Amino acid sequence: MNGSLLQDIAAYGPGFLKAAWLVLWLTLLTILVSWACGLLAALAQRSDLRLVRGAAAFYIWFIRGTPALIQIFIIYFGLPQLGLRLSPFTAGVIALGINSGAYVAEIVRSGLSAIHRGQTESALALGFSQSQTMRTIVLPQVFRIILPSITNEAISTLKNTSLLSTITVVELTLYAQTLISATFRPFDFYIAVAVIYLVLTTVLTQIANWGERRYARLS
Amino acid sequence: MTDGAPLLRLREIRKSFGTFEVLKGVSLDVAQGEVVSIIGASGSGKSTFLRSINVMEMPQAGKMDFGDFHFDFRKGAASHPTKVQLQKLRAEIGMVFQSYNLWPHMTVLQNVIHAPMTLRRTPRAQAVEEAEALLARIGLYEKRDSYPARLSGGQQQRVAIARALAMKPRLMLFDEVTSALDPELVHEVLVLMASLAADGMTMLLVTHEIAFARDVSSRVLFFDQGVMAEQGPPDRVLRNPESPRLRQFLHRILHDEMTRTTEDQA
Ligand SMILES: Nc1ncnc2c1ncn2[C@@H]1O[C@H](COP(=O)(O)OP(=O)(O)OP(=O)(O)O)[C@@H](O)[C@H]1O
Ligand SMILES: [Mg+2]
Repeated sequence: MNGSLLQDIAAYGPGFLKAAWLVLWLTLLTILVSWACGLLAALAQRSDLRLVRGAAAFYIWFIRGTPALIQIFIIYFGLPQLGLRLSPFTAGVIALGINSGAYVAEIVRSGLSAIHRGQTESALALGFSQSQTMRTIVLPQVFRIILPSITNEAISTLKNTSLLSTITVVELTLYAQTLISATFRPFDFYIAVAVIYLVLTTVLTQIANWGERRYARLS
Repeated sequence: MTDGAPLLRLREIRKSFGTFEVLKGVSLDVAQGEVVSIIGASGSGKSTFLRSINVMEMPQAGKMDFGDFHFDFRKGAASHPTKVQLQKLRAEIGMVFQSYNLWPHMTVLQNVIHAPMTLRRTPRAQAVEEAEALLARIGLYEKRDSYPARLSGGQQQRVAIARALAMKPRLMLFDEVTSALDPELVHEVLVLMASLAADGMTMLLVTHEIAFARDVSSRVLFFDQGVMAEQGPPDRVLRNPESPRLRQFLHRILHDEMTRTTEDQA
């Protein structure tokens, strides 16, 4: 390394911190979008309406069968051709959210199928509506079951934010690249990015583990 | 109590699954405070009949009167039940299942207060007070903050009964509620049901506990291949069955019971 580590941290630390902060935000918003999409798609798959089931199946099939990068390009570069221009940040959140939502849908679906029919029956027999039953009886149980898989998906989402460097979102990867083009120190800066990702994914995992332990105690 | 109109009146209830007719026109009147036991071979339509009463299964034909509810189940009938009517009806009819179906993510107390708080808008303090009184009655007050997984089958089933009672139903339906229990846990649940009956609760129960049906019910119905083949006071139906099929059925079930007792002793 040229110069001391401390000097580097003083010089580039704030910039990396800002980029890391952006990654956190991207991840958080993307997770929200992906849970909404995933839940909707999972419920749609159980709909009585064939068209609704078909739409959900198509969504999952399309997303899982195409690269995330192409999906991002379609939203950011493709949509303007149809008159819809989104900021890189918004396009990124939407693209990654829709992408991850297809995987979340599959996770939620498996969670739903793990809930015994008697759980809904007993609620319906008491006079609960379908949606009250879903909200208060089924989904809280599904959430506990799928927490580990949904954490893995959140971690993938976090790592996938690096793809947004391709549409000029100045997250960690793009920020590092700008430094590298000025300093010609690719090894140092990519390692720095890796270390920051490791910290973020480890923290996320710890939070999820804590949540799981808390649920385990509650039953 | 009420002279005249029965609490529940069913006329010519028919239910098919696909082309298979499970209920072939069953009629029944149940007076306030009556305890009616339903017996019959597996597949004879007992559960389907019970589930038609709170319309967890929608019959294809027949009529039903229960309190202010007057339904005609024929497709397109003017008084065909709506979704909202069904929710209101079910709120007044408690049902307990063979598999207790408590909600595992809620404590015993939460299981009991959830329906009255959500569906009747009972204030929390009042719901808790009523639930605790119910739990005290079934002897599980100390377990109010436990999760269902920590309870024995018999305890879970008693909580399931309390959960249904919390809605203050006018009719209770029990579908083989002791069948999934270990033999030594059956008794506590039967005792609770007998005490409900003694309090005047109107009850319909599907059961294989012939002795219980004899001692507690005012009437016994025998279902056979989707029809109510025989009915009457327990003494007559259980001791002097008219039809050979009921005689056969009782013979078989008593024989099974005897073998079970001998096995237990062995
Ligand atoms: N949802 C369903 N779809 C298709 N067939 C069904 C359904 N529910 C019940 N049946 C059939 O209807 C018949 C009557 O079932 P039901 O559960 O009412 O019998 P039962 O008298 O309660 O029997 P058991 O003593 O075994 O509980 C059976 O042949 C069963 O397979
Ligand atoms: Mg049955």
